[in-house]
Amino acid sequence: MDHRPQAWGRPRDDVYGAYDASYLQSGGPKTATQSPIVTGTSVIAIKFKDGVVMAADNLASYGSLARFTDVKRLRPFLSTSVVGFGGDVSDMQFLTRHLNELAIDEAYEHESSPTSSSEDDPNAPPAGQLNAANLHKYLSKLMYRRRNDFDPLWNQILVAGFDSASAPFLASVDLRGTTFTSPSLATGFGAMLAQPIMRRYAATEADAARLTREEAVKVVKECMKVLFYRDARSLDRYSIAVVTKDGVELSEDEQLERQSWAFAERIKGYGTQTV
Amino acid sequence: MAAMFSQNPLMNGPNYSVNDAPRVNAPEGAREHRFDPYTDNGGSTLAIAGADFTIMAGDTRLTSGYSINSRHHPKLFKIGGTTADQKDATIVLSVVGFAADGEALKERLDAICKMYRYRHGKPMSVKACAQRLSTILYQKRFFPYYAYAILGGLDEEGKGAVYSYDPVGSYEREQCRAGGAAASLIMPFLDNQVNFKNQYIPNSGEGHALQERERRPLTRTEVETLVKDAFDGAVERHIEVGDGLQMMAITRHGIEEVFLPLKKD
Amino acid sequence: MPGFDFSNYNRNAALHARGVPLPKATSTGTTIVGCIFDGGVGIAADTRATSGPIVADKNCEKLHYISPNIWCAGAGTAADTEFTTALISSQLELHSLSTGRKPRVVTCMTMLKQHLFRYQGHIGAYLVVAGVDPTGTHLFTVHAHGSTDKLPYVTMGSGSLAAMSVFESQWQPSLNRDQAVKLCADAIEAGIWNDLGSGSNVDVAIITADKTTLRRNYIKPNERTAKLRSYVFPKGTTAVLNEKIIPKGDLGKFISVEELTEEGGDKMEVDT
Repeated sequence: MDHRPQAWGRPRDDVYGAYDASYLQSGGPKTATQSPIVTGTSVIAIKFKDGVVMAADNLASYGSLARFTDVKRLRPFLSTSVVGFGGDVSDMQFLTRHLNELAIDEAYEHESSPTSSSEDDPNAPPAGQLNAANLHKYLSKLMYRRRNDFDPLWNQILVAGFDSASAPFLASVDLRGTTFTSPSLATGFGAMLAQPIMRRYAATEADAARLTREEAVKVVKECMKVLFYRDARSLDRYSIAVVTKDGVELSEDEQLERQSWAFAERIKGYGTQTV
Repeated sequence: MAAMFSQNPLMNGPNYSVNDAPRVNAPEGAREHRFDPYTDNGGSTLAIAGADFTIMAGDTRLTSGYSINSRHHPKLFKIGGTTADQKDATIVLSVVGFAADGEALKERLDAICKMYRYRHGKPMSVKACAQRLSTILYQKRFFPYYAYAILGGLDEEGKGAVYSYDPVGSYEREQCRAGGAAASLIMPFLDNQVNFKNQYIPNSGEGHALQERERRPLTRTEVETLVKDAFDGAVERHIEVGDGLQMMAITRHGIEEVFLPLKKD
Repeated sequence: MPGFDFSNYNRNAALHARGVPLPKATSTGTTIVGCIFDGGVGIAADTRATSGPIVADKNCEKLHYISPNIWCAGAGTAADTEFTTALISSQLELHSLSTGRKPRVVTCMTMLKQHLFRYQGHIGAYLVVAGVDPTGTHLFTVHAHGSTDKLPYVTMGSGSLAAMSVFESQWQPSLNRDQAVKLCADAIEAGIWNDLGSGSNVDVAIITADKTTLRRNYIKPNERTAKLRSYVFPKGTTAVLNEKIIPKGDLGKFISVEELTEEGGDKMEVDT
């Protein structure tokens, strides 16, 4: 028995060799997110004639563990845009806090000017206030800067809302600062499982401009079901947001409806088994 | 302090490491970074200079791995106009490779051209812009913009000018150039059809004495035909090329832009 | 011990370490699917074969014959899917001859999985096995490592998720033949448009108790766009530096000559 409490629980040098404490050094380069830890899976979104629908499930995974089952991954911005986060949850929370500060600054900035810029549309946001296209540009610069510093924010982000011409806007930015837009977008598994479904309804901007709100919501809900069927890191509870000129309608506790697992009854084994 | 604990008071007992200073100083840069700041977003670009025009083209597909990120992502950008809509621009930049670097490069060059116009009261010449682009690229020699750029415009004499670049700034003025994923598929076609390489005049001699087909400047319609056919060919044989063709014609009257469909499989 | 010879493995690893690239196999980065319907089973495949990012074959066949009532769709390394299915097809024929019974799908599936398991995944064949035999209609997937799965609808290859999105949103427990064929073709099309590894045409095979119908190029949504002009060169454009003419009659001195008459076969696309 070693009577020094300081030695208890420590690896013995003669068994394991002297302990390498090099990782404890503080003088080295700043430690950044080198890999995601707690993660959110797909975010999906599709444009329709009057706006954009976006959805993401409420799960935050820790590796293969379904760790947090009530995490909201869609957040409204200035009640004119919605931002959806896939990837690392801590980086998402950092960005959310940052966007909150930005939103408060924006609110002060435009406080003096009257609420509406145009008399005919009382719901229009104040002129000059950040719209979704501006916000996406801001986030893309932020993400690209972080990748240049080798300190990436491990997310893929979808931004939905309206551009400066008041047309529906939907765009993506990822941890490397890559940006792109499309009538429908999906991150992670959704890019492979949900995009094929959404592209059938909105292959082009013209198709999306014909889609009604009801159709768009139906397609997105269908995609969430397919994702729950086939994405092992997904959940049947999800958030859905609809952005229109009237603002953001966000529902954060949706439950997948009309799932069908009846086929499972008829499956017997994986090969020669018949009972 | 630390040494006190590493000395076991019991004779010949085991020792424990309680020292928390690094044992060996790992050399700087030996640290493993799991983050790769680059990806390849596929796609292809093409530029051909004519007698009094330049045609630039690129497909509009943006890929990552085996997925299509976007079917409509332009790779051609007007540079150095007075306003954001670039309607009085005279230079076109095409970028292919890593899309985020391409975007950043475009914005840098555009800002510089706009500053030049503001300071000097005249638009930048293609020659000057080409040299500046080279400098921008070389400034990031050890963390390069992973983008293959082609710059197109009209030179001081009004002739078509195409400048092509590697990611770290080596550049050259050329008659034509293909860049990106399908460059190796398109470039030989261009050598043969634009510069008439490997084409000889039939019955003009024997063996090595055979006369080469004389080069002549191509008309704008001929060039546009070549561009469309080059991309149709590339789409057939390269999986990362397709969806749409963006084409810009730079003439002394300005820049005309068209989008044509390409196969989507 | 019969089978693969791994004695060159170390040599190849050493060569690779010195920068010698490994030979690249043509892979059918693929979408393949199968779906059971009332009275039979359908399988379908796209027709693109790739080598890295280059399309190696725009209209290859990924539906392989096993026996008249059993067919396979193959993804993975092209050579492995072709040789593995041919080998099992041959063994199954001999087995059928010696037992005097129709070959069964489970037999085929078991032979495939045992063969593939023996090679621990080194044979890169990912297969969808489908057929109708005296015991009923069957549909399996077989992975390169030897695992199998039995489901009413299956997808494999790089476009498997795109194809699965169609099944998961449109499949229903009871389908007739036309519905199943439509579903399979739609699933393949999802792969063709959304997966870069898949492309060109849709091949479908429909197997019922009495017959198998192979619909080669069932859908052709990707006809080659016509070139805007002709690229035919005048004769004599290419420089001839050296010329030696052997008359047809003298050809026999150098090689053995057999006269053949050409019939059918896939003609190569040539510019006219």
